[in-house]
Order: sequence, then C-alpha cells, then structure tokens
Amino acid sequence: METKHPLYGLMAEFENATDLVVAARRTYEEGYRKINGYSPYPIEELSEAIGFHHTRLPLIVLIGGIIGCLTGYGMQYYLAVIDYPLNVGGRPFHSWPSFIPITFEMTVLFAALSAVFGMLALNGLPQPYHPVFNVERFALATRDRFFLVIEAKDPRFEYGKTMSFMQSLNAREVMDVES
Amino acid sequence: MQEVDQPHDDLHIHGTTPIIEPGHTFASVTDKISSLTLKRRTPVAWFIGFFISFILVQMLLMTITYLVFTGIGVFGTNIPVGWAFPIINFVWWIGIGHAGTLISAILLLLRQEWRTSINRFAEAMTLFAVACAGLYPLLHTGRPWLAYWLFPYPNTMNIWPQFRSPLMWDVFAVSTYATVSALFWFIGLIPDFATLRDRAGSKPFQLVYGMLALGWRGSARHWHRYETAYLLLAGLATPLVLSVHTIVSFDFAVSQVPGWHATIFPPYFVAGAIYAGFAMVIFLSIPLRKFYGLEDFITMKHIDNMCKVMLATGLIVFYGYITEAFFGLVYSANQYESYMIRNRMFGPYAIYYWMLIFCNGVTPQFLWSSKVRKNITLVFIISVIVSIGMWLERFVIVVTSLHRDYLPSSWGMYSPTVWDWSMFVGTIGLFFCLMFLFIRFLPVISIFEMRTILPQADVEEEAA
Repeated sequence: METKHPLYGLMAEFENATDLVVAARRTYEEGYRKINGYSPYPIEELSEAIGFHHTRLPLIVLIGGIIGCLTGYGMQYYLAVIDYPLNVGGRPFHSWPSFIPITFEMTVLFAALSAVFGMLALNGLPQPYHPVFNVERFALATRDRFFLVIEAKDPRFEYGKTMSFMQSLNAREVMDVES
Repeated sequence: MQEVDQPHDDLHIHGTTPIIEPGHTFASVTDKISSLTLKRRTPVAWFIGFFISFILVQMLLMTITYLVFTGIGVFGTNIPVGWAFPIINFVWWIGIGHAGTLISAILLLLRQEWRTSINRFAEAMTLFAVACAGLYPLLHTGRPWLAYWLFPYPNTMNIWPQFRSPLMWDVFAVSTYATVSALFWFIGLIPDFATLRDRAGSKPFQLVYGMLALGWRGSARHWHRYETAYLLLAGLATPLVLSVHTIVSFDFAVSQVPGWHATIFPPYFVAGAIYAGFAMVIFLSIPLRKFYGLEDFITMKHIDNMCKVMLATGLIVFYGYITEAFFGLVYSANQYESYMIRNRMFGPYAIYYWMLIFCNGVTPQFLWSSKVRKNITLVFIISVIVSIGMWLERFVIVVTSLHRDYLPSSWGMYSPTVWDWSMFVGTIGLFFCLMFLFIRFLPVISIFEMRTILPQADVEEEAA
C-alpha cells in the first residue's frame, strides 16, 4: 500500500442490481479502471460493465483435460505394453478399446480439477483478508445489497472529486474503505 | 399447498405453480435458509432421527470389526453366488448417487430453473450414497488395508493392475465420480459459506464458515470466473454421470454369465440409476420441506417434475425388463439365456422377480395421474416402493443369474446372513446420519442460486 493513500478506495452501496450496473457503466465511461462490483449473486451485465470480459479458465480446463487424456492412455499403454506385458485371454498387449474407459475418466478428472483449482487460483482464493471487509455494511454483500468500489490506486482517483462523482450515482451511501 | 385447489394449472407452464412462492426478496430468501443452520432451534424430530441413525452406524462399525477380524465368510456369499450382497448394495447405493449430479449438472445445462431448490441436498445425497457404496468393494476385498493395490502405483511386487478388466474401470469411474461430485458440491457451497460467515452470531461459527468460504466476497470478477467454472464442471459432470453407471453395468455385461452378457445393460442401468436417485430425492425432500417449513422453496411444482422424471425413467427400466424377457424367451435361441429368464420368472427366486415387476413396472404407472402426483402421501409411498424395487432389481440380476449358470452340477442357492443385513442396514444408518448432520450444519438449499431465480434479480435493460 502506498503511504500517500491510506485509503483502499471508496465504496458505494446500492439497493438493487440495476442501479449497480448503471453506476458501474458510468464509472467505467468516466475513465476509472481500478473498479470492482460486489453482489450477492452473479450478474452477467456487471462484469461486462466494469470491463471484465474474458477469463482464461476455459483454456486451463482444456489443457487439463488434454493432459488427463494423455496421462490416462499413456499410463495404460506404458504399463500394459512396455513395462509388464501380460497375456490376458489372448488379447493384444495394446488392446486399445479396453483402455478407453479409464482414459475418459482421467480426462474428466483432470479437467474438473483444473476447473476448480484454476478458478480459485485466478480469483486469488483463499484470501483471508481483504480491505473491503473493513466496511461494516459490506456484510450485506452476501445478503441483499450491491456495492461498487473505486480503488485509490486508480490514476484518476482524487478523494473529493471521486467522492462527489460516486454520490451522483444514485447510491444509498458512499463509504471510505480503509486498507 | 394452495395450488392443489387450482383446477387448470397443468395448462400453464410456469404461471400458476411457481418454483418459488411469490413475495420473497433477497433478504427473506437469505434469512430463511441461513436461519435453519444458524438461528432456528433444532427440532426434536432431528434429534430422534439422528439418534436412530447413529445407533445404526454403531451397528455398521460392529459389523465391520467382526468382518475384518473374521473374514468375508461371515457373509452368505458362496460359490456359485460369489458376488452377492456387497455388489447388490454397491450398485444400489451408487445408483441412488446419480440423481444429485444429474440434477445439478444436466438440468443446469438444460436450463431447468426448478433444479435450484433441490440441487444442494441432492448433491449431498450423492456424496453420502457414494460413500456408502464405496464401503462395499473396499470391505469385500476382505483385506481393506490393502485396497490401495487397486491403484497403479510403482511397487516392490513389480506388477500392475489389469486395465482390461471392468473392475479396474470401476475403480477409476467411482473414484473420479466421488472426487468430481465433492468438488462440485464444495464449489457450490462457497458463496453460501460466505453468507453464513456474515450472518453467524458466534465467533467459532464465524471462524469455521469463514475458513470454508475461502475469503469469498462476491466480486464481479470472481463471479464471472465462478460461473464459467460451474458451467464447465456441469459440462464435465454430465458425461461423467452417464459413464459411471455404464461402467458399473460393464462389471456385469463384459462377463459371459447368462442374464448379464447383454448390450442393453448400459442404458438400462443408467435409466435405473436416475430412477432410483429421483425416488430417493423425493423420499428426502418430502419430510425436509415439511419439518423445516420449506414449502415456499420446494413447491408442488418440484414434486410434480420429479415424479415425471421418475415415471419417464421407470418406463425405460420397465422396457429393459420386457426386452430381457422377450430376448431370453423368444429371440435368443440360446438355451442358457432362455433357461435363465424362465428360472427368474418361475424358479426358486420367482417371488423377487414378480415383486420387482410390481415395484418398478406397475407402481410408477400411477404417476400418469396428476391427482396422484399432487398427493404428497401417495408420492412418498411410491418413492419408497421404487427404492425397494431398485434394490430387488439388483438382487434379481445378481442372484438369479449366478445361482444357476451353465453346469447344473454346480448350481446352488444363496441366502444372506444376519451380517449381510446388519451391514446393509448399517450403511442406511450411515447415509441418514450424514444427511442429518448436513441438514443441521450446512444450507440445505443453495442460497445464492435461489436469489438468481427471483424476478428482481434481473437487470432492467431500459434503465441501464
């Protein structure tokens, strides 16, 4: 944290999703980029409004799935054909149809693990401390209130100006977020 | 249940029988579901139910102790029926465990919004059923402390598992299924853990739920990735859930035993699993909504829809029985197949076969009537009968096929011992014990997903 800004940022509270999305769009248009919205349930329009469109997660899951597929098949091929070939009922060592079920399961397993741990890693979770939790009313973000935060790190952030801008957004209240 | 009185509600798709009663807000949904865990006094019925299931768990532990010290000879399993209660109950439990993932994954992809009220406890049910199922192969090995031999790991014996065997496929399928179901369940719980963390009154609860929430704060960036991950997991779990029971059916179908060696097994097993799973979801949801006053969230629409799924899958299962009978008696021209089906219908275990036809073939036909589907008591009874029927199905498939196969000189009979029964009833106790703990300590309905189905959740685009 920079000592020049003892604040993490400013937080505005809204009573419904529409107000928050409208406010987030205006804030983005105003040129603020270090912004984030907080809501009790996923709102597709909100991540669009704060300029967050793409996540690399699908790519991570695809790569995880491919690695799982190759691991599953490769393991069976190596163990049954190269390391310890065993004649079972006269079947060929490389009896590929029998290897498909495990290959499939390993593909799904690796892809699912990449989806979960990829999501957590990209989100930076687990993260026990975050400045937004310092605001008492933020506990309502997991109930029925909607919040918009402009970080003090944003180059356009000036306390007075940003504060009066946020107050013009139809917010219920604008609060300081200590870092 | 006022919608029972409305005459034409079947004509309206969504209008009159809502999936959530009108008048709820984000706050009321949140407070109602989280208060079950945090504020509401635990009902006396909970203590009674938990106590009974806890006693049964002790019985399970005693059985396991005796089994491990003595060997699997304590079971009635013999030659020729070398695969009896352990596999019957394994398949029964794993079948029940299919509805959870079906509801959370397949119905999510099909945009069936009504799934939202029931997916959480259906997923919990899946996990606990898979845990009960997993005990059987583990203990049936006779030396459960060596069960890790099933996994391919570099070892001093220098040999590897046999990957051409369906039993190995089963190891991978069931362990993958258990892992993915647990992940799916936990991921779904994270935002709700955050809700409980912020609502919990006492420090210890705050701490525990706080740790489980992993610092979730509902950030828009997080939600975006979360939704992507959830959707991808659903897409992965959908083929997975179909593959698991397919592979379980391979345990039978890849062998050459008459009555098992059939290509109809995979689809018929998968349908049976969904059928059994929905029966169990109905069986659990009826008392749950009653004792916890959740009629607003688990409405008659849900019961109705679940009954319809049960009817549809029940018909597929019944079609499977008819095909087996037709194939065996008329079409196959194979004396062993034909004897197998005649033995099933008229042999020493005929009573089980006809009970099976009654439970799984006849009983679900009542669900054609919307009057029956609206009668909670009847639906509850049908769900119990179907659960018994699905157990009988596995009993009939396993025992009647094995006890008389090719060589009449090696025919035999099977009957379970008291330890077979105590283990089976013990796993039922374990299942309900875990279910009771889940209902007490975790949100039984997904709170954040319930918020999304409220009308006020949508962003009004004209304003925006």
